[in-house]
Amino acid sequence: MVRLHPGSIFRFYVEGFRSMTVGRVLWKIILVKLFVMFAILKLFFFPNYLNTNFDTDEERANHVLNMMTRSAETHNVE
Amino acid sequence: MVEQMDLSMVNWARAQFAMTAMYHWIFVPLTLGLSFLIAFFESIYVKTGNEEWKKVAKFWMILFGINFAIGVATGIILEFEFGTNWSNYSWMVGDIFGAPLAVEGIVAFFLEATFFAVMFFGWDRVSKKFHLFSTWMVAIGSNLSALWILVANGWMQFPTGMAFNPDTARFEMQDFWAVLFSPVAIGKFTHTTSSGFLYASLFVISISSWYLLKKRHVQMARKSILVASVFGLLSSGYVAFTGDEAAYNNARKQPMKLAAFEGLYEGQRSAGLVAAGIMNPNKKVNDGQSPFLFEVRIPGLLSLLANRSPGTFVPGIKDLVYGNEKEGVMGAEEKIVKGREAVKQLALYKQAKKAGDSVAAQTALDRFNQNQDYLGFGYLKSPEEAVPPVSTTFYAFHIMVILGGLFPVIFLLYLAFALKDTLVHQKWLLFLGLISVFLGFVAGQCGWVVAEVGRQPWAIQDLLPVSVARSNLTVGAVQTTFFMFLAIFTILLIAEIKIMLKQIQIGPEGR
Repeated sequence: MVRLHPGSIFRFYVEGFRSMTVGRVLWKIILVKLFVMFAILKLFFFPNYLNTNFDTDEERANHVLNMMTRSAETHNVE
Repeated sequence: MVEQMDLSMVNWARAQFAMTAMYHWIFVPLTLGLSFLIAFFESIYVKTGNEEWKKVAKFWMILFGINFAIGVATGIILEFEFGTNWSNYSWMVGDIFGAPLAVEGIVAFFLEATFFAVMFFGWDRVSKKFHLFSTWMVAIGSNLSALWILVANGWMQFPTGMAFNPDTARFEMQDFWAVLFSPVAIGKFTHTTSSGFLYASLFVISISSWYLLKKRHVQMARKSILVASVFGLLSSGYVAFTGDEAAYNNARKQPMKLAAFEGLYEGQRSAGLVAAGIMNPNKKVNDGQSPFLFEVRIPGLLSLLANRSPGTFVPGIKDLVYGNEKEGVMGAEEKIVKGREAVKQLALYKQAKKAGDSVAAQTALDRFNQNQDYLGFGYLKSPEEAVPPVSTTFYAFHIMVILGGLFPVIFLLYLAFALKDTLVHQKWLLFLGLISVFLGFVAGQCGWVVAEVGRQPWAIQDLLPVSVARSNLTVGAVQTTFFMFLAIFTILLIAEIKIMLKQIQIGPEGR
């Protein structure tokens, strides 16, 4: 039985990971997936549009307000 | 030309979001439901001490682990898309959803990291009761981690407990409990999680049926079916109950969605429910044509379901577009006038603030507040734009309902034959059970199509159409990432199916 002190909890995890069979393949998939998502997709393809294009919250708010009011102008709002 | 490009971008961004959500929804319902089934199997093991039940729990736990591992973090991609493709929307709702989603993520992570490890590594290393407690915590934690994202979705369908701040362009939370306990949010959470329970029950029945057809692991399959059929039957009833609540809420908060999924163009008293039908593909809102080429209608039932009272009026698409004064229905035509006034006053408020004219700013703000409930309509070019794709919504709803009626019959038959111990002889039923998991998948996806396609063109109901919620991106940028995701998700799906089939082939004896 596992006792609640840091050493035994650490061993619990280490031995658990060591005894995995299917889990090893799954962990590899998880790590590759997280790498692709965060190191490639997020970094190169999914920048936060407002954070990338504007420096302050005030600028971001102004941009969104402009979009909200300009869209209406193109739809014949006086 | 610019309008066409913008529209394409919106549609590609919509398609990308829909694809991501649909792939994500392959994994999530199984996690929600299978976690509870495993907890039931293990509870029986702890109660009876019968090692067979432990074998059953451990087998399904492996499949649960495979599904969890492949599916984990697929939902994060939705958040990437919010920030990139839907930045205006993200900015506007950040105050409402940002912190709770972050807290939920952290709580779910620690809950799952702790108890997930005990569940998988802790057999024979912690006490039976603590292991069982951990399994239940994983089930409860997994389901709770779906809470806030579904509350967020419920808020988008029925925005409440907030106020729009015209200085920050944000919807700011005013009443946390109104957001959390809004009838639409509660309905969304209960209907969605219970549909996950139903789907997982079909998954267990499907794989167990395969074992029975192959005459392998018969004892494990019979035990699994017994529990799954009871859980599935109870879940089916609850799904029907919460689905009825959802329709009732639609009638109040999203009547256009209700009219679309029933193909109801002309509002009626004692409105009939279309049990099945083929829609007229050429039907336009106000062309006088029949909306159906063929229909089977149950008189009066739609009024009863929508208003809990037969003989009452249910507005149709035409009423909601052009209005119906006699029945007190305000149409999109009138709402557009109010919405454009709201947008105009917002622009005037912005100008007055910039010029430092506080009197003019206050006047514009007062006028904006009088019309802000219709803000989103100010961006529609015509009242007909307020109509969602009717055929898609209609067919998705009816496929979901028909399948939702079939599943309890399947569960009942499985339960009856399992109790009589004659299940192995019912080959036809075992084949039906085998394919039922795919039917469950179709029903779940159709449910989301009804919920999301049926509320178009809104990102936030009545307040923000998708055309304003989007970012200023090129079509090419969104197309590129669409196909990247398509490839990644397909690879993940193939990996899931391959690993799972291998494990099913190995059976409960394998590790």
